[in-house]
Amino acid sequence: MSHPMIKVEHLSKQYKIGVDRTYKTLQDSITGAFKSPLNLFRHSNDNNTFWALKDVSFEVEEGEVVGIIGRNGAGKSTLLKILSRITEPTEGRITMHGRVASLLEVGTGFHPELTGRENVYLNGSILGMTKREIDAKFDEIVKFAEIEKFLDTPVKRYSSGMYVRLAFAVAAHLEPEILLVDEVLAVGDAAFQKKCLGKMKDVSSKEGRTVLFVSHNMGAISNLCRTCILFEKGIVVEIGETAHVVSKYMMSVYDNSAKINFPIQKAKRGQITSVSLINYLGKNTSSFPVNESPTIEISYVLRENISGLHVACIISSSEGNTLFATADTDTNPELFGVRLAGTYTTRVKLPEGLLNVGTYNVAIGLGIPSIESLDRQDAVSFTLADTGDFGSMKEGRRRSGLILLKLQWEYS
Amino acid sequence: MIGKKELSTYIIEPRKGWIPVDLKELFRFRELLYFLAWRDIKLRYKQTILGAGWAIIQPLFTMVVFTLFFGQMAKIPSDGIPYPIFSYSGLILWIYFSNAISFAGTSMVSSSNLISKVYFPRLIVPTSATLFGLVDYLMAFIVMGLLMVYYQFTPGITILILPVILFMTWMLAAGIGYWLSALNVKYRDIGYIIPFFIQLWLFATPVIYPSSMVSGKYGWILSLNPMSGLIEAHRHAILGYMDINFISLGISMLLILMIFISGMFYFKRVERYFADII
Repeated sequence: MSHPMIKVEHLSKQYKIGVDRTYKTLQDSITGAFKSPLNLFRHSNDNNTFWALKDVSFEVEEGEVVGIIGRNGAGKSTLLKILSRITEPTEGRITMHGRVASLLEVGTGFHPELTGRENVYLNGSILGMTKREIDAKFDEIVKFAEIEKFLDTPVKRYSSGMYVRLAFAVAAHLEPEILLVDEVLAVGDAAFQKKCLGKMKDVSSKEGRTVLFVSHNMGAISNLCRTCILFEKGIVVEIGETAHVVSKYMMSVYDNSAKINFPIQKAKRGQITSVSLINYLGKNTSSFPVNESPTIEISYVLRENISGLHVACIISSSEGNTLFATADTDTNPELFGVRLAGTYTTRVKLPEGLLNVGTYNVAIGLGIPSIESLDRQDAVSFTLADTGDFGSMKEGRRRSGLILLKLQWEYS
Repeated sequence: MIGKKELSTYIIEPRKGWIPVDLKELFRFRELLYFLAWRDIKLRYKQTILGAGWAIIQPLFTMVVFTLFFGQMAKIPSDGIPYPIFSYSGLILWIYFSNAISFAGTSMVSSSNLISKVYFPRLIVPTSATLFGLVDYLMAFIVMGLLMVYYQFTPGITILILPVILFMTWMLAAGIGYWLSALNVKYRDIGYIIPFFIQLWLFATPVIYPSSMVSGKYGWILSLNPMSGLIEAHRHAILGYMDINFISLGISMLLILMIFISGMFYFKRVERYFADII
């Protein structure tokens, strides 16, 4: 196994930006030449270009399933487009062994007026199958898509679910040595998504094909891929074991809204000055893997000595239901005594593995319980993202419920 | 596991300048060409009420109108044969040709979803657009046969050359289609220019009138138009009333080869950025 199936060396791709349309009219070209004839001799476009990919190198071995992750615009789709020969690289070189098929979108070339049967042949041939191959796989495709009864109905009469099922079924029965897949699993109902994941797994493990899989669904990535490549702004920032790369990705997706400073209001006896969310590395972030838990840091100022005070933190779901509240006096009842004027910073860590995948809001209150509210802020929100662990996308969909509990089941 | 030796190796690299046409690859994708042409034929006959009827109605009605205006009123000569059969024998080839270039010219832009999502030799798109009109041509040819029975024309042995003329017309349409479709990706004006361009071209081609009418001082202009040699040869091959002018056909062939090959190479040269700007 000395030769990798895919070898990417110093790959770069440059795009022009800054114009709202990329094609030109003749007028643009002609007037452009008249207005600034010097442009013809000048490379004036440098500031209007950007590198979608810059100096990317990696190798993929036979039978490997490699996940490609990264934020939108990180260059994942550009990479697949170059690998599938839709567009050419600006620099660099790729060497691949075997037939390549790409699934950048299911149903490419489907025509609404044609019947299911006709579209299978059309789509199959667009994806690079010969008629003989399609003939041989036809029954299998139809069975997988579960559309036997509607084979001779134009696909414009199909439900969107049927349409997607048929489209995926055709693509799933391609037999290339290298398969490139982009986000196709983001479609269809939960049961079908599960079926697709299963099929993808078969393709790689049973049939020994090499798969590159781009997705935002960390559950699917963790489930399918042993190795992952993390892209950021067109550069490979990490290659390695999926769990490691996924958690690195999760950490990189932080934004500044994870910390909020509130304007000073001198009239208040006491006020909350800032609230932030912190991950276990001490970085500000608002998204966390579902198995990690955020720490909430609260700063407040008291302008006079006050007793009987507490700081409370209320966690609610994105639908607005309060899940629980916690206060600094819960574990430190002595805090009900006098607090001196001054600034304070306190931290509270939310329990690990309690909340399910989703977005949660944090509200902070400062006041004397059931007597006086000094300040209250709907401060920040955070997202717990899928990692493919227990309870999450592993089963093809999010487990229902806001709370995620791992309980011991016993049989007698 | 798959043996490495049997696997073909692809190398993807930025290419510069003129790119040779990969005929082996085109051959490998021949079924796609067939399926795309088949799709267009199917759609044409599925979506319209008259379906196949259009293939006959378009040339037939045009012929009737031309006969009335040019034959009866303007008294344009027709080499001594009845004007309806004279114009129809030119029209069916012209209609095939003009439909082929207008479909091919806009084919790349109208298949943009395919082009930005999946790889296949791009040349297949305009090529398939020039093929499906051949079915219409064959339909219209049936009417040609009926007209010949009516006007009592027996085709001569020259009719055997018809496939060659048809092939040359296809080559010309494909060559122009390659140029126009590639230009249309970059300049959307082309889409508007094509109908106008076809209309002008019709008048520069001996469809309505015989080339004998333009002999003399301006005769050479007609010979620069590859369609003129083809239309005349097509007419003479079917009706057999005159010898085919092989010199004029030869000049056409030369021009057609130039257009076809240059179109293919221009298309290949700009093909690399289609997916980025379409």
